[in-house]
Amino acid sequence: MQAFLASLHFNSWILPTLLLLPVAGAAIIAAHGWLARGPDGAIAEPASARVRSLALGVFVVEAVLSLGLWWSVDPNAAAWQAPVDVPWIPIWGARIILGVDGIAMLLILLTTLIMPLAVLGGWTSIREKQHSYYALLMMLTTGMLGVFMSLDLLLFFAMWELMLVPMYLIIGVWGGQRRLYASLKFFLYTMLGSMVMFVAIVYLALQSPDALGRPVFGYDWILAHAVLSPTAALWLFGAFFLAFAVKVPMWPFHTWLPDAHVEAPTAGSVILAAIMLKMGTFGFLRFALPLFPGAATNETVRSVVLTLAVIGIVYGALVAMVQPDFKKLVAYSSVSHLGFVMLGIFALNVQSVQGALMVNLTHGVSTGALFLLVGMMYERRHSRLIADYGGIAKVMPVFAVALSIVAFSSIGVPGTNGFIGEFLVLVGSFRSQPVYALIAATGVVFAAAYLLWALQRMIYNPLSKPENQQLRDLNWREIGLLAPLIFAIFWMGVYPKPILDKTAAAASRLVERVEGLPATGTASTSK
Amino acid sequence: MPFDLSVPSQLSLALTPDIALMIGAMVMMLAAAWQPDSDRHQRRVGFASIGVLLFTLVLVLWFASRNFSSGPGVIAVDRFRWVADVVFLLAAIGTIALAMEYNVREAIQSAESHVLVLFATSGMMVLAAARDLMIVFLGIELMSIAVYVMAGLNRRSAKAAEGALKYFLLGAFSTGFLLYGIALVYGATGSTNLAVIGARIPGYALMHQGILLVGTGLLLVGFAFKVAAVPFHMWAPDVYEGAPTPVTAFMAAAVKAAAFATFLRVWLECFGALDFAWLAPIWWLAGLTMLLGNVVALAQRNVKRLLAYSSIVHSGYLLVAVAAGTQLGAAAFLFYLFAYTLATFGAFAVVSAVGRPGERGGDIADFEGLWSVRPGLAVGMAVCMLAMLGFPVFGGIGFFAKLYVLQAALASPKQLMPLAVLLVVTSVVSAGYYLNVIRAMFMKPRPDGAPAPVPVGPLTRMVLATTVAIILVLGLVPGQLAGWARSSPPIAAVDREAPSPGAP
Repeated sequence: MQAFLASLHFNSWILPTLLLLPVAGAAIIAAHGWLARGPDGAIAEPASARVRSLALGVFVVEAVLSLGLWWSVDPNAAAWQAPVDVPWIPIWGARIILGVDGIAMLLILLTTLIMPLAVLGGWTSIREKQHSYYALLMMLTTGMLGVFMSLDLLLFFAMWELMLVPMYLIIGVWGGQRRLYASLKFFLYTMLGSMVMFVAIVYLALQSPDALGRPVFGYDWILAHAVLSPTAALWLFGAFFLAFAVKVPMWPFHTWLPDAHVEAPTAGSVILAAIMLKMGTFGFLRFALPLFPGAATNETVRSVVLTLAVIGIVYGALVAMVQPDFKKLVAYSSVSHLGFVMLGIFALNVQSVQGALMVNLTHGVSTGALFLLVGMMYERRHSRLIADYGGIAKVMPVFAVALSIVAFSSIGVPGTNGFIGEFLVLVGSFRSQPVYALIAATGVVFAAAYLLWALQRMIYNPLSKPENQQLRDLNWREIGLLAPLIFAIFWMGVYPKPILDKTAAAASRLVERVEGLPATGTASTSK
Repeated sequence: MPFDLSVPSQLSLALTPDIALMIGAMVMMLAAAWQPDSDRHQRRVGFASIGVLLFTLVLVLWFASRNFSSGPGVIAVDRFRWVADVVFLLAAIGTIALAMEYNVREAIQSAESHVLVLFATSGMMVLAAARDLMIVFLGIELMSIAVYVMAGLNRRSAKAAEGALKYFLLGAFSTGFLLYGIALVYGATGSTNLAVIGARIPGYALMHQGILLVGTGLLLVGFAFKVAAVPFHMWAPDVYEGAPTPVTAFMAAAVKAAAFATFLRVWLECFGALDFAWLAPIWWLAGLTMLLGNVVALAQRNVKRLLAYSSIVHSGYLLVAVAAGTQLGAAAFLFYLFAYTLATFGAFAVVSAVGRPGERGGDIADFEGLWSVRPGLAVGMAVCMLAMLGFPVFGGIGFFAKLYVLQAALASPKQLMPLAVLLVVTSVVSAGYYLNVIRAMFMKPRPDGAPAPVPVGPLTRMVLATTVAIILVLGLVPGQLAGWARSSPPIAAVDREAPSPGAP
């Protein structure tokens, strides 16, 4: 496989292609919509139906292309893989620099593989303005992939902001009852965080000028050349922290999340949970920690971040327990799971960082699947309240099985993917931060409590509501889109080694750089 | 080839584009009076005026391409002037294009409305060229008097009359400040020439002379009025709301740009050595303008008033670039001015297209559900709003404009970090009202019983399409424009920029 990809010069064109393919897709969809307009400006039904197949096609091609990265990226190499470097705005020292390491590669694959499923998840529920909807999804994909592959801070920031507008519109136009409120809140929270980071990025670029005195935004260059006083580094870290913490989201910056997740259409929730939340944690790994190691290892900073992470774990779980609305329950469970990721990252040893990356991926898979299942439920019953269901395992057996498996994975039952990540995080952080790890471990118990309780009330219990007796079970499209996710849940749970191998080198390089110490033992060897 | 400005023939040569526009304006005035008022005649004069502006634009571009320079004198021959001229001329062309269709709808038949735009534009070009405080004054008067009349062009509207009167009174008042300031500065330095003043202040050690400081302060107040910086902004919302929409677009985009261009030149060339005295006032002007403008804009229900406050806010952002007081600041300023003019123009084109006869239909509520009936207008408006908000890709050039101003602020030796942070934080506040418009257009349904949307004229459509296209294209490849801005400083003298950026 490697030889075949090398013969195609796969690494030299894959990243720009992945970025530009959705843009081209969006342009084609927009043109299609423009041409298919009737005299009254409305788009007729057959054209609307065609566009979703077109969109799915683009996303499938994207996913298939990106799969090559699994083989073509060498996770152990010190250099960036599949690098691209072309000038963009010479006068400002901004270049288009792309490249990935093992961590970014896995997140890119997560993105490209989730997107077709997200499209399928909203296959029948999006009925209005389908052209705009799919075009926005495409632009959103470009933004998300761009965040994972940009190695120029200005490009990174542009991509970071690029995601905001499509998601805002997706929530606000195709969302639920309180969509106006939720979309505005989402936008303002994210923008506040990122604008402060913008100042920090410009400042960093000015602190590392090239020979002509021009600012330079290149990541590697800044890493090597920026001269920062400890105070300045602390402030800059704070600015990056704010942007990423809102995105993760860490307690107490999480309040946009339940609103946005609940009001977004199914595809929006899936993308938010599975991919966009990962940008925050990725930002910490790629930017905040390596750029400001002094600030990140500062004892006060570290204990504050770890405390917030642990509060997030426990608080998210407790609040999830009392939610009457199942979608909101899943949303709060994200706060809890992302707390694990932050704990793993800031515990700062190779095992915990690898665990954090694993939780990132498993949360993407299992919470994505949970939101898809909620969407399927909602489409049938038009309610998300747990109390409106009960005993539906009798009428929807396949759905019940799928929901149970995904819930087990989210709880972290051994044998599913959820177990591996959280276990590694807890083991890793127990070494350096035993108190935090102990408190965080209670989060796993709470997770079992809220999910099992919800399962019991929804799919077991007697089938008492007459409205529920006629519910259809899952159709083939829905089974087909859940199947890969369930496969991933078991694969990552039973045989996670290939994935851990991909992240080992990057994780130990990170720890080395931040702690200034050579790292010992990686997760895949110490297991 | 440097012009020797002490020779009259060479001076006129250096003023060729300005003179061409003035002659064109006079010819157009005669042409306008040639026939009785009618829609047809109004359109004819409009097209001819656009022709005059295009001809001037070609002249300006030719001059710009030849890289002329000049010796000392009353006017400047540099790229700063030409870049500013291009901004004014483009805005004037857009204004006339919008006005031709707007006038038909509002039953304004006087062809002179287009000629006034030409006169105002020639005033602006004089301002961009001015290198002498007397010429500055001349340019401001030439521009303002034409715009006073334009603001009150719609005789049947009480709001327009109120706005025009307010504009006239406050404009005259602020010109008074300017004149006093000029007189005092002349008293202190013995010259009205910018370069001479700039050399004499440090040369004769006049830095702490009271009369000079008072004069500078009065000039600052006068300019702050003209650019509508808080707390001298009170006139702007009423005037902007009352004036015909194309005229509002012209005021918000071009008139403000002209006032700012001359402000920057006077400041950098004359008072660079006085920065210890003016930094704090400009700092506060910028800060207050950003803060207050944004907060008050949140409460606006009328899109024209909202855009008026937004234009006040952008004055604040531009003042940050002025406060930087460096060549980089001037470059950022030019770049921002260009982006701001485009976005403002596009937004007003949409307001003009959505409006119904009798200046109705300008409330945010009238924009509800616009996406379902006029998708092109809604998308165009959204792009302009996002450009003003400074978003990448969807807001195109707006993002880079903000980036450039931030760069200038952070690289300035004057330690403008707090101002930079204030800029970005208040721009988050501004999302509150820009998104309000987007939300009304895209997320709310068309209300029941909403009047059918008026047909959009081809010229308005063209103005909007062109602006949006430029915004989006420059949003991907801004390098060339940034380079031009960087190589067009308003002063030829030594660069006062510090070699390395300051610490926070």
